[in-house]
Amino acid sequence: MKELFDPQDIRSDFPILNVKINGKPLIYFDNAATSQKPRQVIEAIENFYFLKNANVGRSLHTLAEEATELYFQSRKKVASFINADQEEIVFTGGTTDSLNAIANVIAENFLNPKDMVVTSILEHHSNLLPWLKVCKAKGCTLKIVHTNKNWTVNVEKLEALLKEGAKVVSLTHVSNVLGTINPIREISRIVHSYDAILVVDAAQSVPHMPVDVKDLDCDFMAFGAHKMLGPMGIGVLYLKRRYADLIEPWNLGGGMIKSVTLYNEAPELSCCKVTYEDTPIKFEAGTPNVEGAIGLSVAIDYLSKLGMASVLSHERQLVKYLLENLKGGSFEVYGPRDANSITGIVSFNIKGIHAHDVAYLLDKLAGVAVRSGHHCAQPLVNVLGTTATVRASFYVYNTVEEINTFIEALKEVEKKLR
Amino acid sequence: MNSDSLYLENLLDHYRNPRNYGEMKNPDLVVEDANLSCGDEVKFFIKLDKNKNIIEDIKFVSRSCAVCKASASMLTELVKGKPISFVNSLTKKDVFNFFGGSIDPSREKCALLPLKAIQSKTKTIEEGIHEKPKDSCF
Repeated sequence: MKELFDPQDIRSDFPILNVKINGKPLIYFDNAATSQKPRQVIEAIENFYFLKNANVGRSLHTLAEEATELYFQSRKKVASFINADQEEIVFTGGTTDSLNAIANVIAENFLNPKDMVVTSILEHHSNLLPWLKVCKAKGCTLKIVHTNKNWTVNVEKLEALLKEGAKVVSLTHVSNVLGTINPIREISRIVHSYDAILVVDAAQSVPHMPVDVKDLDCDFMAFGAHKMLGPMGIGVLYLKRRYADLIEPWNLGGGMIKSVTLYNEAPELSCCKVTYEDTPIKFEAGTPNVEGAIGLSVAIDYLSKLGMASVLSHERQLVKYLLENLKGGSFEVYGPRDANSITGIVSFNIKGIHAHDVAYLLDKLAGVAVRSGHHCAQPLVNVLGTTATVRASFYVYNTVEEINTFIEALKEVEKKLR
Repeated sequence: MNSDSLYLENLLDHYRNPRNYGEMKNPDLVVEDANLSCGDEVKFFIKLDKNKNIIEDIKFVSRSCAVCKASASMLTELVKGKPISFVNSLTKKDVFNFFGGSIDPSREKCALLPLKAIQSKTKTIEEGIHEKPKDSCF
């Protein structure tokens, strides 16, 4: 394992960290919502438009070939980052876009009326609402499995639903509220022993820990670039090679066909014969987000240099330090208290004070950016016994010194609101 | 202290010491509303004059964030002793003025819940009193 990096050494790569918020240096603890971007990523996007901009996979001129090459190199980079094959990586608009596409194609290709789909109470709405919609449309049942005491999915209950005949299981890898990590490898073995399909929402795992799709053995996976130092508006849909051939494209248009020809036999009833490109091109109709792919690729270079195991260790150090400081007193911390079992996310409340007020004053008084509310996981937050939590979420550039300022700011906020 | 922090201190003052806070015996109107997504709940008790036109007294209780509670507190001060038509003439802008003319977009729902709650009742009352002519342009 690589040695742990010093966040102070990399902070100068992130121009936004010099911004003042309400007169105070920005302390950015809202990384589970989106991460900041290093200069390298921003410059790569700028360079694309300054020097390489052309549409990809179409024209034959030099610029188009260079842009196409950059786009395909980016796909290769993403594939190797999660140990997938290039054919298994489809670029989408983001995690939500990927999850919607997955729910729709699974419903269309593999679900019949009365089939059962299972998801969990830990899900972000984007891994719940698409399933609700397709299950309703198809006449399928959607079951929600709850968690163990350690706030990971209850595998025994999940297996019981598979025994009842569940066809699809769609789970988050890491909870965006609690940072807990589901045992996906163990779950995939069980799911596959019942010949069911496993979908993994990796929006909060791929940016923060080593992820290997061959090891996890999931069938579909979704994640986005913007939570991992990359740009907004691009995400990844991983699909296991064997599914790629079974599934029809869900978007149709330019750039994804080998040929479209009119039948000659009966011109008065003329219709088209369409041959799609091979995977993954057949799933990427229209002009793709080339700047996004390039930005993601440079973000992956940046993270790989730090080492994903080191990224996780760094976050856990920060979580451990924060949890120690939130012990006792008027703080209520949700989820596990063991930093070594989670990623860099801590959800809490100051007892008797609304999370929105804490977040509002942290920003106004101390320039601290955190998220408050239900974090697009309202069922889970209600199970936690509240309507809103304050969520601090860390990334590579956060420091212990920032947590010290944060703790002092929390004390000041509490004083103002009591 | 700049004007932003003055408005912030005013907000916090109304949160810590809400005006017209508490329940009321025999009110003429009781209205309650909630923002389910963030958990704000507010309940108003209103006493009307004998012509059922003027808000003689108003009290409220809430389980809510500071912005919602402060908004309710300032709203009770504003509408006490005023006719129902005045309450109905109030707009978002009047509520935002409590906070210096604007509030973060993410807090707008919190700030507007109290006015929305009261007007849900007062608008019905006013419509009952002044039924619009059928050929009205509105």
